[in-house]
Amino acid sequence: MTLVNAIVQGVLLGGMYALFATGLSLMFGVMRVVNLAHGDFAVLGAFFALVLVDSAGLSPLVTLLIVVPGMAAFGYLLQRGLLQRTVGASPLPALLVTFGLSIVVQNLLLQLFSADQRRLQLGSFETGSFQIADDLAIGYFPAVVFAIAVALLVGLSLFLRRTQLGRLMRATSDDQETARLMGVDSRNMYALATAIAFATVALAGVLNGVQTNFSPASGPTLLIFAFEAVIIGGLGNLWGTLLGGIVLGVAQNVGAWIEPAQQVLAGHLVFLLVLALRPQGLIAKGAPV
Amino acid sequence: MTEPVTIRRATTSTRVSGGLLVLGVVALAMLPYIVVPSQVFGVIDLLVFVVLATMWNLLAGYGGMVSVGQQAYIGIGAYGLVYLADQVGVDAFLAVPLVAILSAAIAIPVSFLAFRLVGGYFAIGTWVIAEVVRLLTVQVDDLGGGSGLSLRSLSDIDSKLRIAYTYWFALGVATVAVVATYLLIRSRLGIALTAIRDEPTAAASNGVEVTRVKRIVFVVSAAGCGAAGAILALSSLRVQPDSVYSVQWTAFMIFMVVIGGVGTLEGPVVGAVLFFLLREWLAQFGVIYLVVLGAVAIVTTLFVPQGLWGLVSRGRLRLFAVGHTVRLPADPNPTPPARPTRP
Repeated sequence: MTLVNAIVQGVLLGGMYALFATGLSLMFGVMRVVNLAHGDFAVLGAFFALVLVDSAGLSPLVTLLIVVPGMAAFGYLLQRGLLQRTVGASPLPALLVTFGLSIVVQNLLLQLFSADQRRLQLGSFETGSFQIADDLAIGYFPAVVFAIAVALLVGLSLFLRRTQLGRLMRATSDDQETARLMGVDSRNMYALATAIAFATVALAGVLNGVQTNFSPASGPTLLIFAFEAVIIGGLGNLWGTLLGGIVLGVAQNVGAWIEPAQQVLAGHLVFLLVLALRPQGLIAKGAPV
Repeated sequence: MTEPVTIRRATTSTRVSGGLLVLGVVALAMLPYIVVPSQVFGVIDLLVFVVLATMWNLLAGYGGMVSVGQQAYIGIGAYGLVYLADQVGVDAFLAVPLVAILSAAIAIPVSFLAFRLVGGYFAIGTWVIAEVVRLLTVQVDDLGGGSGLSLRSLSDIDSKLRIAYTYWFALGVATVAVVATYLLIRSRLGIALTAIRDEPTAAASNGVEVTRVKRIVFVVSAAGCGAAGAILALSSLRVQPDSVYSVQWTAFMIFMVVIGGVGTLEGPVVGAVLFFLLREWLAQFGVIYLVVLGAVAIVTTLFVPQGLWGLVSRGRLRLFAVGHTVRLPADPNPTPPARPTRP
C-alpha cells in the first residue's frame, strides 16, 4: 500500500467515523449528555441486522429499513423512560446510567451471540472498486459510506436550521426553561433528538458491520473513535465532525502504513496532539451538532 | 456581650465511630494470626476494592470528575511493582509506596491533557489515555509485551508469610487511602471541593483555584489506584495487560460507589464490602453477573441516588467528622438548633 493509497482510504474511513460521531454529537448538542453506551448501541444495531439477515434472508442494506426505525423508536422510549430522569445540572447521573447501559448491552449481546467476530455479508458490491491508478483503488462500499455520511450531515444541518422541529430542538438546547414557557414540550424534544441519534448510530453500526468485523466487545472502541472525531473536529461543529473523522481515519491508516500494528495507537496520538495544541478542535464552534 | 458562634466538626457518633474504626483496623491486622492463609488471601481483594472505591469516589463524588480511565494507574502500579522488584532489585513490598509516587507523577502531565475536557468528554478522554498507556505498555519488551510479566522476586518466600505481608500492606494502603481522603475532605481543600461540586463558576469567583484543587484530587486518586495495582501484582504474582488495564475495573468502582453512596466517605467502604460479598455469589451466573451489576447501578442511580449508606444513615449518622455543626449563642428567643450540613 502506498502512502497516497493510505491517505485516500483514511479519508473514506473518516466518513464512517463521522457517521458514528453524528449521534454522539447530536445528543451532546441538544441535551448536554454524553452517551457512554453509544458504541454499544451501534453494535446492538449491527446484531439486530445480523439476526434479520440470518432469519429472514434479507440483504444487510434492506435490514436498514427495519433496524433504523426500530433503533430510533428504542431511543425515543429509552430517553422518555430512563434517560429523562438523569437530566439536570450535574452530569454524574447521566454518565453513571449510560455507563451502566453499556455494561448491560455489551454483556447481554455476549450472552446471546458469544464473543465471536461477526460480519454482515454484502456479496460482490462489498469487494468491488474503482481502479484509479495502478496501486490506488476506491472501494464502492467505502465511497458509498462516505457519501452517506456527507448527506446525513447536510440533511441534519438543514433539519436543525430550516425546519420548525429543528428550531424547537435548538431552542430547547439553548434554554430549556424558556422553551417550556413558550409551550415547547422539552421532554418530547429530548426524546426526538435521542431517536434521531439512535437512527444514525444504527445506520453507522450496520454499515460498519459490512465494512469490518464486529463482536459484542466492539462498542467501547467505536465510542472512542466517535469521540475522537468530535474532539478533533471541534465541539458543536458539523463540518468539524466530518473533518475530525477524516483526520482520525487518515492518522490511523498512515500509522498502519508505517507500522501495521500501530493503527489504533496512531489515531489516539493524533487525538492527544490536537487536545494538547488545539483543544477547541480544528474548527471552532458553530451549529449545535 | 454576645457569645461567639461555634462550629464543631465532631459529633458523638463520630467520636464513638472513630474509636471503633481504630479498633477495627487493629482487629483486621490480627487476621493472619487467626484464620487460614486462603481466607486472608480473599480479604486482600476486599481491601483493594476499598482503595479503588474510595479513590473513585474522591474523584467523582467529591471532585465531580467522572473518570473511566483509572485502570491506567492500576496498570502502572502493577507493572511498576514487578519492574522495580525484578529488574531494579527494590524490595517488592517497599516498591508499593514507590509506585504510588510514580502513578502520581505520571498523573500530573496527564491532568493537563485530560482537564481540557469536562463532564462526559472528560470521562471518554481518560478512557483514551488509559488505552494509550495499555498500547504503549505492550510495546515494551522489558514489560513482557502482550503477555505480561510474572513477579519472580517473591518466589523463594514461604507462601504463608508472603500472603500475610501482602495482606498487611493491603490493609495499610486501604487505611491510608481512607484516612487521607478523610483529611483531604476535612481540610480547607475539602471545602473548596464542595464549593466546586455545587457551583464551579461561583467557587472560582470566590477565589477557589478550581483547576489546582481538581488537579490535587486527580493526582491523589492516581496514587491510590497505583498502590491498589501494586497490591494486585503482589497477590496474583502476575500482570497481564488485558486484565490490569481492563475498563471492567471502572465498572466495579462505579458499582461500589453508586451502591454504597456517592459523595460520602462511608459509602465506598460499604459498597466495597457489599461487592466483595456479592461477587462470589454472582459469579455462578457467568456473563449475566455483569448485566445484573450494570442494571443495579442504573436503578440505584435513578431511584436511590444517596446509596445504601445514605438510606441507612439518612444524613444524620456520620462515622467521619467531616460535617459542620453550628452552635448559635444563647438567645433569649431560642431558635431550633441547625441541622448538620452535608460535608
